[in-house]
Amino acid sequence: MTSTDTQRAIDAVWRIESPRIIAGLARMVRDVGIAEDLAQDALVAALEQWPQSGVPDNPGAWLMAAAKHRAIDHFRRNARLERKHEELGREMEEKEMAVPDFAAALDDNVGDDLLRLVFISCHPVLPSEGRVALTLRLLGGLTTEEIARAFLVPEPTVAQRIVRAKRTLAEKHVPFEVPRGEELAARLSSVLAVIYLIFNEGYAATAGDDWLRPALCEDALRLGRILAELAPQEPEVHGLVALMEIQASRARARVDESGAPILLLEQNRAGWDQLLIRRGLAALAQARSLGPVAQGSYVLQAEIAACHARARTAEETDWPRIVTLYEALSQIAPSPVIDLNRAVAVSMAFGPAAGLEAVDALTAEGALENYHLLPSVRGDLLKKLGRLEEARAEFERAAALTRNARERQLLLGRAGACVADATPSDSE
Amino acid sequence: MRFMMIVKHKEAQGMPPKELMDAIGKLAEEAIKNGTLLGNGGLSPTAAGASVRLSGGRVTVTDGPFTEAKEIIGGYALFELKSKEEAVAGALQFMELHKRLWPGWEGETEVREMMMQQDCAAKA
Repeated sequence: MTSTDTQRAIDAVWRIESPRIIAGLARMVRDVGIAEDLAQDALVAALEQWPQSGVPDNPGAWLMAAAKHRAIDHFRRNARLERKHEELGREMEEKEMAVPDFAAALDDNVGDDLLRLVFISCHPVLPSEGRVALTLRLLGGLTTEEIARAFLVPEPTVAQRIVRAKRTLAEKHVPFEVPRGEELAARLSSVLAVIYLIFNEGYAATAGDDWLRPALCEDALRLGRILAELAPQEPEVHGLVALMEIQASRARARVDESGAPILLLEQNRAGWDQLLIRRGLAALAQARSLGPVAQGSYVLQAEIAACHARARTAEETDWPRIVTLYEALSQIAPSPVIDLNRAVAVSMAFGPAAGLEAVDALTAEGALENYHLLPSVRGDLLKKLGRLEEARAEFERAAALTRNARERQLLLGRAGACVADATPSDSE
Repeated sequence: MRFMMIVKHKEAQGMPPKELMDAIGKLAEEAIKNGTLLGNGGLSPTAAGASVRLSGGRVTVTDGPFTEAKEIIGGYALFELKSKEEAVAGALQFMELHKRLWPGWEGETEVREMMMQQDCAAKA
């Protein structure tokens, strides 16, 4: 192996192994920041030694052992070493001797350690961007530079977010534990929100070096899959995984060659990734098997995504079921955007007149006054009903509201089409 | 990035030792836990398969076994990984297991990146 190969091998091993190494160390030293520093020290040792000695047979075990030795040194070196720490250090050393096999050490508590690391990285005491950065860094194994590139912010900004997050966790003495009882639900929803935020940052990006963004979707999916293994009894975790798998299955079909978006119903379904769809449907089945009583918002969103995934053609879509699902979603997470989606589903299921009625009810509420999709949807329905002059006005209003240039162009085009359609044609 | 690992070897090397199967099972379990393994499987002997071939403008069907073939595909795995280096590291680990637990076995793991349109980013 050349030194470049070794360097690459180390990078590869690090990305996969670092989360559990940091998680294991965090349990010992009770501080995520120190844990990461110690893990980094182990990485540096690997960078120094492996080019000479070659990559060890079990590189993960090597890194974990090196990191643990550094943790023990850390306790010993510490001038304010307390007796308790000394005992802890000895205990760890004994454990180290007793468990030379990395695989055995992995079995039980590594899962728990990782789960603790997930919860602490997504702790509500941290601001949202701090949670995202820390999660990608500690659990995704991404470098600061990679996170910065993915989110289109300068690297020092990300570095600062991570430093601040770690400091906050230490200052607030946030315990390194999996929350229990009533706290669990709230904390879990924070974890799921962080993962879905990362996914959406990749999936719905509006700017930047596009080719970098799919990586964020993959990172989020991977985090979701890990979480599903760590917390298999939580239906919402499987719901989120199902939602992300199914949404990701459409990635290839979502844009045309020029990069213009293709709407769901116009996508070529042959381009959907059947492997991801199957995985998504399996995750959804898993979620359903766990809790028929209270369906969470991710499970419901995944159910809606699954309705589309199951339909071989757009016409086969089970719209009445989607209407029901949006109604259920609207009950647990009321939002005018969900109501608007429901109105679209109503129009698909029961015709444009029924849809328009639902949209007009929303308009009357005034909650979506500045949301361009409201007039856009209304214009669509009016056009289907043959009320072309009103439709044109709605499309123009929508065009004035959107901030996305490509979308504005699309909407103005549709407004223009209403005028063209309205003029008497000689085709009949 | 999605990778397909294709394991190729001479046919009729016998059944793999149980230790190897267990170790591979463990490796797969790990890869599922860390979210990288999308799917995998071993293939039955070519005697149970067939080859449908287009050559010289003619399509012919030949039932297995593929006696002509020097190496056959014995199994595959699909991974979602960050880099080719990660994929090669995984394949190395897989082959090291064979080296340790199935003395005399020879074969290769071909690491191939799958072609994907990288357009997750566009808004739709």
